[in-house]
Amino acid sequence: MASILRFRKLCYAVPLKLQSFEFSKVDQKQKVDKKEEDANVFLPAQDLLEVDDQKKKYPKQQQRKWRCIDSCCWAIGYLCTTWWLLFFLYHCFPATMPGFQVPESPGVRLKRDGLTALHPVVLVPGIVTGGLELWEGRPCSEGLFRKRLWGGSFTEIFKRPLCWLEHLSLHHETGLDPPGIRVRAVPGLVAADYFAPGYFVWAVLIENLAKIGYEGKNLYMASYDWRLSFQNTEIRDQALSRLKSKIELLCVTNGYKKVVVVPHSMGVIYFLHFLKWVETPPPMGGGGGPGWCAKHIKSVVNIGPAFLGVPKAVSSIFSAEGKDVAYLRAMAPGLLDSEILGLQTLEHVLRVSRTWDSVVSLLPKGGETIWGDLDWSPEEGHACQLVKKGNFQCSPNDNYTDAMRGFQIKETEKYGRIISFGKEESQLPSSQIPILNSKELLHGSATETVNSSCRGVWTEYDEMDRESFRKIAENKVYTSKTILDLLRFVAPKTMQRAETHFSHGIADNLDDPKYEHYKYWSNPLETKLPDAADMEIYCLYGVGIPTERSYVYKLSPNDKCKSIPFRIDTSADGDQNSCLKGGVYFVDGDESVPVLSAGFMCAKGWRGRTRFNPSGTATYIREYQHKPPASLLEGRGLESGAHVDIMGNVALIEDVLRVAAGASGSEIGVAFLSCIGIIVVVNELPSCEGNITSSHQPESYARLNRYEARLGRPSGSLGFLIEPTQAFFSCGQFSPLHN
Amino acid sequence: MSLIRRRKQNETSRPTRSDPSSIDKEDDNKKKIPAKDQNAEEIALKKLRKWSCIDSCCWLIGSICVTWWFLLFLYNAIPASFNQYVTEAITGPVPDPPGVKLKKEGLTVKHPVVFVPGIVTGGLELWEGHQCAEGLFRKRLWGGTFGEVYKRPLCWVEHMSLDNETGLDPSGIRVRPVSGLVAADYFAPGYFVWAVLIANLARIGYEEKTMYMAAYDWRISFQNTEVRDQTLSRIKSNIELMVATNGGNKAVIIPHSMGVLYFLHFMKWVEAPAPMGGGGGPDWCAKHIKTVMNIGGPFFGVPKAVGGLFSAEAKDIAVIRATAPGFLDNDIFRLQTLQHVMRMTRTWDSTMSMIPKGGDTIWGGLDWSPEEGYTPSKRKQRNNDTQVANEDDSEVVASQRKHVNFGRIISFGKDIAEAPSSQIDMIDFRGAVKGNSVANNTCRDVWTEYHEMGYEGIKAVAEYKAYTAESILDLLHFVAPKLMARGSAHFSYGIADNLDDPKYRHYKYWSNPLETTLPNAPDMEIFSMYGVGIPTERAYVYKLTPSADCYIPFQIDTSADDDDTPLKDGVYAVDGDETVPVLSAGFMCAKGWRGKTRFNPSGIRTYLREYEHSPPANLLEGRGTQSGAHVDIMGNFQLIEDIIRVAAGARGEDLGGDQVHSDIFKMSEKINLQL
Repeated sequence: MASILRFRKLCYAVPLKLQSFEFSKVDQKQKVDKKEEDANVFLPAQDLLEVDDQKKKYPKQQQRKWRCIDSCCWAIGYLCTTWWLLFFLYHCFPATMPGFQVPESPGVRLKRDGLTALHPVVLVPGIVTGGLELWEGRPCSEGLFRKRLWGGSFTEIFKRPLCWLEHLSLHHETGLDPPGIRVRAVPGLVAADYFAPGYFVWAVLIENLAKIGYEGKNLYMASYDWRLSFQNTEIRDQALSRLKSKIELLCVTNGYKKVVVVPHSMGVIYFLHFLKWVETPPPMGGGGGPGWCAKHIKSVVNIGPAFLGVPKAVSSIFSAEGKDVAYLRAMAPGLLDSEILGLQTLEHVLRVSRTWDSVVSLLPKGGETIWGDLDWSPEEGHACQLVKKGNFQCSPNDNYTDAMRGFQIKETEKYGRIISFGKEESQLPSSQIPILNSKELLHGSATETVNSSCRGVWTEYDEMDRESFRKIAENKVYTSKTILDLLRFVAPKTMQRAETHFSHGIADNLDDPKYEHYKYWSNPLETKLPDAADMEIYCLYGVGIPTERSYVYKLSPNDKCKSIPFRIDTSADGDQNSCLKGGVYFVDGDESVPVLSAGFMCAKGWRGRTRFNPSGTATYIREYQHKPPASLLEGRGLESGAHVDIMGNVALIEDVLRVAAGASGSEIGVAFLSCIGIIVVVNELPSCEGNITSSHQPESYARLNRYEARLGRPSGSLGFLIEPTQAFFSCGQFSPLHN
Repeated sequence: MSLIRRRKQNETSRPTRSDPSSIDKEDDNKKKIPAKDQNAEEIALKKLRKWSCIDSCCWLIGSICVTWWFLLFLYNAIPASFNQYVTEAITGPVPDPPGVKLKKEGLTVKHPVVFVPGIVTGGLELWEGHQCAEGLFRKRLWGGTFGEVYKRPLCWVEHMSLDNETGLDPSGIRVRPVSGLVAADYFAPGYFVWAVLIANLARIGYEEKTMYMAAYDWRISFQNTEVRDQTLSRIKSNIELMVATNGGNKAVIIPHSMGVLYFLHFMKWVEAPAPMGGGGGPDWCAKHIKTVMNIGGPFFGVPKAVGGLFSAEAKDIAVIRATAPGFLDNDIFRLQTLQHVMRMTRTWDSTMSMIPKGGDTIWGGLDWSPEEGYTPSKRKQRNNDTQVANEDDSEVVASQRKHVNFGRIISFGKDIAEAPSSQIDMIDFRGAVKGNSVANNTCRDVWTEYHEMGYEGIKAVAEYKAYTAESILDLLHFVAPKLMARGSAHFSYGIADNLDDPKYRHYKYWSNPLETTLPNAPDMEIFSMYGVGIPTERAYVYKLTPSADCYIPFQIDTSADDDDTPLKDGVYAVDGDETVPVLSAGFMCAKGWRGKTRFNPSGIRTYLREYEHSPPANLLEGRGTQSGAHVDIMGNFQLIEDIIRVAAGARGEDLGGDQVHSDIFKMSEKINLQL
């Protein structure tokens, strides 16, 4: 990899050296000329003259120049030769260096333990990671037929960025293809094995599955166009029908073994949608009948599940920003907004991503009940410590003694305010915040357009006037409920289109016939799990990485052409113990999905027989503590807990392999590490005490014991531990979720 | 990765360019000195010391690199349509590709399309391998760049081979077909197979959901693809899915080459009851298949397969041997290429599906053959005739001046190939004793079954002199008993007397059109589309290899040439598409299945579409848009247009029925087959 980079560097250096090269060419000619003048060489006469001329005019100067340029060429040649030599040596090397012990992959180890392929495996990729290829395009995309537009090397972004954006956008009205453009998901395992060359997504898992005997006939990648809303993948591509047919085929050809489904990230809610779709009668559903899931699915192993959405989605729809963009802006102010470059990158990104319905599926679901309101949030009291190396520690573990006293008194983070304008507003008690009637305000008139001077980049912000921007900012704070109103106001078309496909509420009465509509299917709080008592649901996710939870915003400096009027206030930093950094409040999670969203359904919402899980499908939580790679050699780490890198986590791979080879949930056990994990799962501890197998388990226990010790309770007094549970889900807000 | 590849090219080109010029440059440096004035001379002297030979080399490499990068940069900077622009400037406007043309006519997607690739063209990738294949997981072993063949040839051969006993995976090795359209769109970078057809279908709206590549492992026998990979079940399920999701429009199947036989097998399999079959019921084909458009289908096998199995040779290798004698057999290189190839290909059951079928009835006996009198070189180009072409007397007379015995697929010696049968003294080889292996241990582990035959066996084979399609089978049984024992469990080469005999329910008959009946689907149509006008291997003249223990004991006698007959370099050629003779590709649609015959009880309509080969006019055209060659025909605009029309809903009559250039109808008349 390093050598390739070096080669690239050389490549980029070319244009700089071109000029000098031209000179050297002339020199060369001259030499040749000198030698062969008498021998009547057939050099073009013009050249001869020119060279002669030069010789007469600057004989000495040339001598000097010659040396300099020659040195350049010499240097390049030298580098190249060395590089080739190294390259050659690299290729001559045996694939495994003697002495350098590569850690054994879990697949090999488990194969030795006698595990073999049993249940067919279906992989469901998430948002962004799946490749997209072009099937029909505008003239500017000449020659890209069946080439990847998304995924792979992304070379087209640099070559023809506007063309690329145009082809990746969807139609603003329908959320489907724009006329004359067909971009489709890449099928097969190649769709999401590597996102870019060298950046694995599923590849490591696939390789390990193959070690215990998996291959094309019992391994299937359910790739779909992740830009579309879930129902539209069926309408346009029949992706759900295909998935159904594939699962049925896999069952039949593998001796009627049920399927293990492994969805990742957004694939989790996509598969939730599928579970409802497949049992619903046509035309809306797949007509598989009420027993389909029970008959075909053994377990659903969710990796990094975004069940209740991610706060990141809010900021990306609102201002096309995320933590990364905010950091970039803080580090190099002016780069992204530079008028000189004429890029308007963010505006383009905003415009394109707002045509993607799927982003809306990731907005926080469950409103204030789940995500907290102005004054409380489930994560509060969770003293935050952004430890070095980006490691995130669970508070009760470390400085709990101090925290215990000052816990309730200390100013807690108000995570419930997903967007606040200004740092102060994000911390004030709710009584001091001047709350305007948001509904009324948000229905203000929007007439003026100022997009004439903005080089054709059109976002919906151009249709709003500054007055409404000011009003939005005056409203100060938005919770997960009012956030939806805000987005409806600033992005009316996007939300109107997407909200026919997605819903973000909590159902009061799940038997209400309106919940038969497909827009509720991907929201775990508005659907029931299928009637499949033998099915198992796993929630596998990483913890220990700061994850975006809420944002501090500010108005952009007044500029007509800045079509995004809001941006994250990167100057808002908290004190040392605060979770606020660069305008973003962090909580525990896997860098993308907060623990709450990933774990809640398995920890509580579906645990036991609840109204969301009428048949009592068993759920299991497996958390993986994030450990950054020890050295560069490890690449992205074998114990990573990050959202995508976790797919290379050895412990996770082992768990998936065991399930695929036939292990049941009780054999796999439960592992919890985060605060929420401890506190919620502790409720169930007596039932899973006997079958704890993971290496994480003692750690969790030790942590629990310390926790108890610090609280002055006798060890193992699980009864006590229910208390913090209530503390976490305080205010009685959770009562509707109880059975 | 592309970076690395580019770099390699440069590396190879470097030495050729640098060697002569670097010498020049050294001379330069020396000669330059006296030309300088006094002041400069000192500097020059200094320089001479400083700029040693290595430095000059470095300098040269540097400048070449820079030039090369600059050109590369320019190349990337020019618009993608530049190439086309140049072509148009030179050859005049290029006709619209058929997809664009037909889109203008208003054709759109209607029937889902299924491609069935043939032998060799499908990609294979590694799923599990031995130590030496480290790092090749899910990389292509077959297809793509074939980089591994050069890097670790023995490892590659080991992984591509199958088990000699079972015809399935050797232990510890799993090589599986690549799935999806990428399996066979390009065979190697730039060498298209299905890509052109796919691109044209996409123009009228086809995409992944309406196109399906039925990729299978082309090395194993057809029934084994189901046993090992459940490939047939997958194809069934996919066709059902596509028909269901496309509003009940039946599928158009496009098999190519061996895929034709594979799909024939599939049609029987799918209607046969489980467990041997797919249990689709007796009307599955009628319900799901609109048309089968066979491209270059070797219904009766190809004589090439005999050459391949017998001595791992074909025309191409014979030509190499003729032009560079000793190269392939050279002991100094210690390559034993052919022996390795032979050992590998003999583990592939599928090659046996291509052995000529139908025996002497179809392929001709010692003294007659259906093709006699029609030689490719003498035939003039004809216009589209829908019926038998008018007889051209002079032509027939000219070519019949010398009688060619195409029926003798293998003859030992040119005189044997030409002599009347009464003069050939055949000594039966069948009972011959096989001697013990002669010095097997000197052969460096390359093992072919020939080493078990001994000298007596080899001699006996050669003394039988001439082999027809029927005795070829006995010959192969004799020289490759294991292979044929394995193969005859999966394939059969005869002609059925009574198709209702219950034995024909066994799967080994399913891929032989002369031993199965077509499904009961009167609305279905079958097309046979193939190129004509290229000399195609039909019969071989063999000789014994000069005695050497380690070699394959037989090889094509490349010295056998004849100007009057289509004999060249030991190979007799007839009309065809370079691989499949017209007879094999066309007979079933021209006669065997035409109308209601016993092979076609429900009267499925058949159409012949022949495409006259015309080679590309210049290099810019690549492999041509009017080619008739076995694989290149997939880029033939006329063929693509026909396919698109059918996919968009046309029936056989709408295309104009038969389109015939060759003498297939006359040849068919000569074949005395009970219908």
